[in-house]
Amino acid sequence: MASQDQGAVGVADPDDDSPNMIAYRKIEDIITRLQDETEGVPVRTVKSFLSKIPSVVTGSDIIQWMMKNLNMDDPVEAVHIGSLIAAQGYMFPISDHVLTLKDDGTFYRFQAPYFWPSNCWEPENTDYAIYLCKRTMQNKTRLELADYEAENLARLQRAFARKWEFIFMQAEAQVKIDRKKDKTERKILDSQERAFWDVHRPVPGCVNTTEMDIRKCRRLKNPQRVKKSVYGIVDDTQTQSPVHTPSQQSSKDTREDVEKEILFLNTQLDRHCMKMSKVADTLMSYTEQYLDYDPFVAVPDPSNPWIGDDVTFWELEASKDPTQQRVKKWGFSLDEALKDPVGREQFLKFLESEFSSENLLFWLAVQDLKSRPLQEVPARAQEIWQEFLAEGAPNAINLDSHSYERTSQNLKDAGRYSFEDAQDHIYKLMKSDSYPRFLRSNAYQDLLLARKKPETEQGRRTSLEKFTRTVGKSLTSKRLTGLMQSS
Amino acid sequence: MGEMEQLRKEAESLKDDITAARKAVQDLTLQDHVAGTAVVGRVQLKTRKTLRGHLAKIYAMHWGTDSKLCVSASQDGKLIVWDSYSTNKVHAIPLKSSWVMTCSYAPSGNMVACGGLDNMCSIYNLKAKDGNVKVMRELAAHTGYLSCCRFLSDSEIITSSGDCTCLLWDIETGTEKTVFAGHLGDCMSLGVAPDFNTFISGACDFTAKLWDIRDGQCRQTFGGHESDINAIGFFPNGNAVITGSDDASCKLYDLRSDQELITFQDSSIMCGVTSLAPSLSGRLLLAGYDDFNCNIWDTLKAERVGVLSGHDNRVSCIGVTPDGMACCTGSWDSFLKIWN
Repeated sequence: MASQDQGAVGVADPDDDSPNMIAYRKIEDIITRLQDETEGVPVRTVKSFLSKIPSVVTGSDIIQWMMKNLNMDDPVEAVHIGSLIAAQGYMFPISDHVLTLKDDGTFYRFQAPYFWPSNCWEPENTDYAIYLCKRTMQNKTRLELADYEAENLARLQRAFARKWEFIFMQAEAQVKIDRKKDKTERKILDSQERAFWDVHRPVPGCVNTTEMDIRKCRRLKNPQRVKKSVYGIVDDTQTQSPVHTPSQQSSKDTREDVEKEILFLNTQLDRHCMKMSKVADTLMSYTEQYLDYDPFVAVPDPSNPWIGDDVTFWELEASKDPTQQRVKKWGFSLDEALKDPVGREQFLKFLESEFSSENLLFWLAVQDLKSRPLQEVPARAQEIWQEFLAEGAPNAINLDSHSYERTSQNLKDAGRYSFEDAQDHIYKLMKSDSYPRFLRSNAYQDLLLARKKPETEQGRRTSLEKFTRTVGKSLTSKRLTGLMQSS
Repeated sequence: MGEMEQLRKEAESLKDDITAARKAVQDLTLQDHVAGTAVVGRVQLKTRKTLRGHLAKIYAMHWGTDSKLCVSASQDGKLIVWDSYSTNKVHAIPLKSSWVMTCSYAPSGNMVACGGLDNMCSIYNLKAKDGNVKVMRELAAHTGYLSCCRFLSDSEIITSSGDCTCLLWDIETGTEKTVFAGHLGDCMSLGVAPDFNTFISGACDFTAKLWDIRDGQCRQTFGGHESDINAIGFFPNGNAVITGSDDASCKLYDLRSDQELITFQDSSIMCGVTSLAPSLSGRLLLAGYDDFNCNIWDTLKAERVGVLSGHDNRVSCIGVTPDGMACCTGSWDSFLKIWN
């Protein structure tokens, strides 16, 4: 898909910011097409027992249409989407309060646009009370209340005890209006009204599709307006529910704002944009490299602990004996080697053999510094300076004069990121120099090819021992390091 | 007045230049490049565990670094730490405010954090000497709801808020260290880069921003979505960003070419994306939707290769374990499911 405007500022339509509107528009497009006279589903009047059932279509007709017109091969998918559309109340089974779509001869009817969710209905309980009340006033079997509706009515009668007379009168008025309509039209309207309430007062146990993510609630369309009544009732006694006032964003652009934006845009422009082909290459090669390690794509060896209850995989990961798979991963990048505690240990061991372990020790110390509590940072920063950078430091690292100066300056007001430059420099050094040699080393190759090695004296000592040993390194090894680095 | 006009014109022309610069590096689209690669085969994941215990909508979940423990937050006012393998509840932490919207597990495993309509981020110490889990810190400074939080370490945490800003906190002192301001709409979600030097935020202004943690600057902004960005995450190599939006699509943006590479959408998907997580290799993208399902996308080919259906209400959160072995979905139906 071609990328549209990707400027620094987002585009938000203030008139249509309800998060559901996009979904509603898509559904309404399908609903309109479904009801198209020529291209839609066959909506017809069906003769039944003693009467006629107007304006219905079967579930399978809808499914068939969807599969053909929405490019679906799988009826399961059509049922899923159809149920989604039904759950929102855009179409409904005429004989059931539960709003799903079935792939059979069940009859469905389409909802009147007046009741569409995109009108942002939030019907009050007074409306619901009027509705249930008027249903009890008409002696028709199809209007009989279901158990849960009768319970709801009883509850509402208790809650609205003081204004029940008002509700009763409104219900009577509604019944009068309804009586004036044509019989067939009434059948249709009654079912549509019922479906509306099935959405807003769902059957217990059914998902309430009108529930909104509370993070989005206060950004609903017209949150300040008095909620409109389904039956056009203006009730002065209606209390306005408290509304969250969104934090005011100053929409006026001050000169400073625009200047800041220009600064930002200039930095953006200055940035080097990598070619798409190169970027695509990186993405592809990364996924390819790691595909074997992705348990969702490649079957892991030993087996996935979640399938089959065999936890060997986790036990191996925790052990100090790395598998060949794991050792291979260290070779992907320096980051991978450092991420794995055993990889880190092996790399450190190697660096010690080359008398250049101070680089990694420095890098690790700076990483640790970044996660220390703020209060400990200045002291720790000084310790790191003393150990690795000061004159006569026991574990002196080799920095270019520029980074050295910058770091020295930073330490005057020591913070978590005082050593960023230095750390970056050392990291690049390890990556280009020691790391490739590590991968070529016998130690690494032996592990990679799972060659058994006789235990050497060094091998038996723990990492910790080695660490404390190297802190008190002699001057002799410093000279050796100097020699090795210059070669 | 003439000066403002001029400044605005300058800004507009710079935006045009940037669009041109981005176009200039489009020597090849990702689609062309991967034309030769086969779509990854159909991915069928099964539910291996169901974590039952919450009594209301689950809004968030986060895996611990050991890939076995995870924390979930629900509007029943509880934060539950699960040993997901055994399905046992390790901790059930009652919250002061039940309107919780986010939770996070510290990389060390020592703490969890949560927050929501109380506008605060509460930090809980899981390893107190007396064994009781108590509030350790209450980080209060945001003027809007807390939408997301992520630990950098036991000392620092980043939060995003409905007040349109993100904050970096020092946990020990309980104070905010850096403000990341720039979004024009509620910040809904954030993700920390694998190297912990930067983080990304997605907001209701339809954009995603990349921030430098060290100096507080916004480094890059990505647009293109037509509605709120609800979910955001880094591609595993840290070079790309994936967003999920109410416009029913996910997008992948590359940081180095500074633009959108690919959009994940289908005409049969009509609902918003609530959450997302890439698989370990990044080849698969798992995204949770409002229609109760989770779709699995082939990240390179932008084709759907699988569906996770099993929840009875909206999927609100999803997470893939650090070792890539399983993914967890949390839903408004009050259950968490582990899949692979």
